[in-house]
Amino acid sequence: MRFMVIVKADANSEAGVMPDEQLLSAMMKYNEELANAGVLLAGEGLHPSSKGARIKFSGTKRTVIDGPFTETKELIAGFWLLQVKSKEEAIEWVKRCPNPMLGDSEIELRQVFETSDFEHATPEIVEQEKQLRESLESRRP
Amino acid sequence: MTASDAHRTIEAVFRIESARLIAGLARIVRDVGVAEELAQDALVAALERWPESGVPDKPGAWLMTTAKHRAIDRLRHARLLERKHAQLGHELEPPHEPPDLDARVEDDFGDDLLRLVFTCCHPVLSSEARVALTLRLLGGLTTAEIARAFLVPEPTIAQRIVRAKRALADEGVPFEVPRGPELAARLASVLEVIYLVFNEGYSATAGDDWMRPGLCEDALRLGRILAELIPGDPEVHGLVALLEIQASRSRARIGPSGEPILLLDQRRARWDHVLIGRGLAALERAERLGGARGPYALQAAITACHARARTAEDTDWARIAALYAALSEVAPSPIVELNRAVALAMAFGPAVGLELVDALRSEPSLARYHLLSSVRGDLLAKLGRVDEARVEFERAASLTRNTRERELLLARAAAVTGARR
Repeated sequence: MRFMVIVKADANSEAGVMPDEQLLSAMMKYNEELANAGVLLAGEGLHPSSKGARIKFSGTKRTVIDGPFTETKELIAGFWLLQVKSKEEAIEWVKRCPNPMLGDSEIELRQVFETSDFEHATPEIVEQEKQLRESLESRRP
Repeated sequence: MTASDAHRTIEAVFRIESARLIAGLARIVRDVGVAEELAQDALVAALERWPESGVPDKPGAWLMTTAKHRAIDRLRHARLLERKHAQLGHELEPPHEPPDLDARVEDDFGDDLLRLVFTCCHPVLSSEARVALTLRLLGGLTTAEIARAFLVPEPTIAQRIVRAKRALADEGVPFEVPRGPELAARLASVLEVIYLVFNEGYSATAGDDWMRPGLCEDALRLGRILAELIPGDPEVHGLVALLEIQASRSRARIGPSGEPILLLDQRRARWDHVLIGRGLAALERAERLGGARGPYALQAAITACHARARTAEDTDWARIAALYAALSEVAPSPIVELNRAVALAMAFGPAVGLELVDALRSEPSLARYHLLSSVRGDLLAKLGRVDEARVEFERAASLTRNTRERELLLARAAAVTGARR
């Protein structure tokens, strides 16, 4: 399964304050750990919202609004995409991350939809359904 | 946190730590079987203590210390304490070392992990045993998970692993990374194990399912780990590139009723571009290391040609044909020739491909290979020789062990002459 790991923004990241040497090196080391464990799929830092934009959708109407955006706690500063076997594993990996900000900070993780969630079942579910069908068949009068 | 939450968390921590734990212990006790048992002992201890005390800040270190204490207990029982205590006592001394101890320990872990990789894939073990042991000790899969993945009864896998560990002990296989000329051959067998696992997941050879994606993920993870352990070897990156790009097509390969969809018919928007990007980057790493002509790098380059084509029509078949020709020089096989024939046909017309395919019919190893008949059927159909084509498709259907593939081939057999009526 995959998880998107989202680093929340703070006033510093929005102001474009770069992390210090120590944090940069700690983060690099953390990224190496993720890569060494084979769980890192992707990861990037994001420019402050001043370089971004929002598009509002209403019916067929599209409205473009340039950043910066003021509600910092709604903003993100970076992300990772991890390949893990469980949510608990994703959590454990995130706990090992150095604090991405100078003060208190927050990282959120969200499971990524995969095709099997939408369409055909996993082999396990197929097997379960097969067994269920068989047991129902055997109960037929 | 409920008991089962705590349990799942501890299992997740163990999954992250277990390979290194086993590797570090194996260096000390010189036996991977014992190392695994000690690691399991540490897990049991964690399951007992951590629900109450919480997961420690450095869970890996906690597990290692616990396991080492268990190791001493065992040795004491085995009355080898006199001899071994000196060794272990030395290992257990509190660190007086300078602050970069963590960095040094990281290197040791890297080397130990590499030693474990080579030990699991040792030539004294059968291919099946290598796969099972690798998935168990490096992949952290349970016996049940391995059994399910290979559609084999659990006791069979359990036995296989027990015998593998015993074989390593009986043969006195040293816990080390091979040196010099031996390294290349031994590395090749490691890559082979990873590729075998991937293929088992990617093209299920038996049974009803076309794919088992979990196995592909396991193989990819192992490959990526290896690429960071041995970053200087181009074929490791070549293999990873091949796996990333093949895996990128997983979601596009299966239709809504579980039927297989051939590469050229796949909707490319469903290809995973994160994986394609990773695959192309890995291929570049291989090429920059001078490994463009390695067998895995060449296979990766071939599949990369497909990955780069925006549509099937954009595929650079001539380049693919040339890459297969290069592959046939370093890793010749009738299968490579067959694939080259397909590429030649796509690039230069079915008659060109058929010439090569006809020559391959006398190859004994391909006599019962369903894809030879399937390809020949395809080329004959394109040349309008539909009755011959039908015979070939039916023959191919009778030769494949995969249910879904058989259905696909029988459908083609019916369609090729059906269109004429």
